[in-house]
Amino acid sequence: MMEGRLDVRKTYKLYIGGAFPRSESGRTYAVTDAKGRFLANASLASRKDARDAVLAARAAQRGWAGATAYNRGQVIYRIAEMLEGRRAQFEAEIESAEGCSARRASAQVDSAIDRWVWYAGWSDKIAQVLGSSNPVSGPYFNFSVPQPTGVVAAIAPQRPSLLGLVSVVAPIIVSGNSCVVVASPECPLPAITLAEVLATSDLPGGVVNILTGAPGEIGPWLASHADVDALDLTGVVDDGVATEMAVAAAETITRVLPPPSSPPDWSADPGLGRISAFVETTTVWHPQGV
Amino acid sequence: MTAALAADVAVSNAALRRYLHGLPGVDQVGAEGRAAMLSTRSIKAASKQQAIDLAISMVDLTTLEGMDTPGKVRALCAKALRPDPTDPTTPHVAAVCVYGDMAAIARDAVGDALHVAAVATAFPSGRASLAVKLADTRDAVANGADEIDMVIDRGAFLAGRYLDVYDEIVAIKEACGTAHLKVIFETGELRTYDNVRRASYLAMLAGADFIKTSTGKVSPAATLPVTLILLEAVRDWHRQTGQRIGVKPAGGIRTSKDAIRYLVMVNEVCGEAWLTPDLFRFGASSLLNDLLLQRQRMRTGHYSGPDYVTID
Repeated sequence: MMEGRLDVRKTYKLYIGGAFPRSESGRTYAVTDAKGRFLANASLASRKDARDAVLAARAAQRGWAGATAYNRGQVIYRIAEMLEGRRAQFEAEIESAEGCSARRASAQVDSAIDRWVWYAGWSDKIAQVLGSSNPVSGPYFNFSVPQPTGVVAAIAPQRPSLLGLVSVVAPIIVSGNSCVVVASPECPLPAITLAEVLATSDLPGGVVNILTGAPGEIGPWLASHADVDALDLTGVVDDGVATEMAVAAAETITRVLPPPSSPPDWSADPGLGRISAFVETTTVWHPQGV
Repeated sequence: MTAALAADVAVSNAALRRYLHGLPGVDQVGAEGRAAMLSTRSIKAASKQQAIDLAISMVDLTTLEGMDTPGKVRALCAKALRPDPTDPTTPHVAAVCVYGDMAAIARDAVGDALHVAAVATAFPSGRASLAVKLADTRDAVANGADEIDMVIDRGAFLAGRYLDVYDEIVAIKEACGTAHLKVIFETGELRTYDNVRRASYLAMLAGADFIKTSTGKVSPAATLPVTLILLEAVRDWHRQTGQRIGVKPAGGIRTSKDAIRYLVMVNEVCGEAWLTPDLFRFGASSLLNDLLLQRQRMRTGHYSGPDYVTID
């Protein structure tokens, strides 16, 4: 009777604290390809999932920031290695989700991998470039050192689904922040596959937490959350919503990176802007000769 | 009624053993199933708000560390009196719980506003002679404690020397004078639910005002099924004697969600009469912060964070 195998379909879940839970609300939504054909069901995260993700990010942040910059760089490079090993899967997912050509999908995966490598290299150079030794009028050494801001909540851009996500997450974590990121609602599948890559890359659980669902639903809860230290609004397209979230963030003294004024060219050299947006400068005085 | 029952069964170890072993056995699967079923209850906003305030007012805010200092105890007392300085409508906790030598400092800090509970009787192991335990208790009472948390001699209990345990509780109760006596079983060491039920009756017979699950120093500490058995014991004891005994789960209760599950269970098993700090307490330290965070969340409409409560 057995004619061929039954399909083994993947359940796309959230990525919180290094684990893959379903949404606590039990909700899912149908994800379609560019032509509207059904691809899979993804979890529709609720505000309580966002709360759990912030808890996980907070728990992981101290350890991640405490790791040496060299070690963080190695871990991030490892993500690039793992991504390279699964590129075929990412290409297929991007192709169907975004409805682009195989060549463009492949180019996006290339850029995403290169982006990880690029940021991995920055890990132990941030302090030299953003920090300084300051001349002061007294017998003191005076240093300014960049420190991670803490827990960063981010809204990833809608497109490109993989490269946009990586370009948002990598600069946040490279300096020792942990992050909660809301993936592209239209193309969430590459994000969850990226979570599988992160889970196998020696990245401590909780440093990156990925939620899928409606940014308009979860975003305001993340913005107003008192335990979120910074907010990256890159993926918010509506100016009104962005302002509303920035106001909510201000209530609890949260640093905000506003959305770009025009759609950025994600394949261009990203520069240091995204790293420096999520570090705080600590200045230390130290007496000379002691 | 209690006195008559005690006079009946506490005449010899054999009689006490017959009484305790004659208690109906605990259905382990049933107890765990009921505790699990009750903890699935969904508590919605207004009830949750009330439950959180009730839970705060039931907390015995505890510090029982070798590294406790007078300063730490004073800080704890300040927090006990005013758990959330940003919101004066927050109720104060029921009591502070400290070691006997810190009771005077705690009493000085809280005045008559709160109860001061002191652990005594060679807490947490209980391994000392009766004379030392009595002296320990008297010292704590003299220092101003009006609640004494004693531990039972688990060695004697497990060896079946029930009368020794009984006599010890009676002697400590006498040494307490007017102070309330809480009897700690350390249920994590008692091995079976049957033993937990027997220990509950033994303590109630001997005159305990409260029965308490654990010291917080042994894992597992308080669990829902164990607390269920304690609650059933005090409920049945009330039906039998008309006397209301309190219950205090301690250790391992860290989240508001957990605390609310306990409150649901108290209400279901013992009824509303037990939903008061006089008859139900939480022995906890980190629980209070989580209750305050939840309270802030409901008040402000956004999630709060650990930066908005004290570090203890």
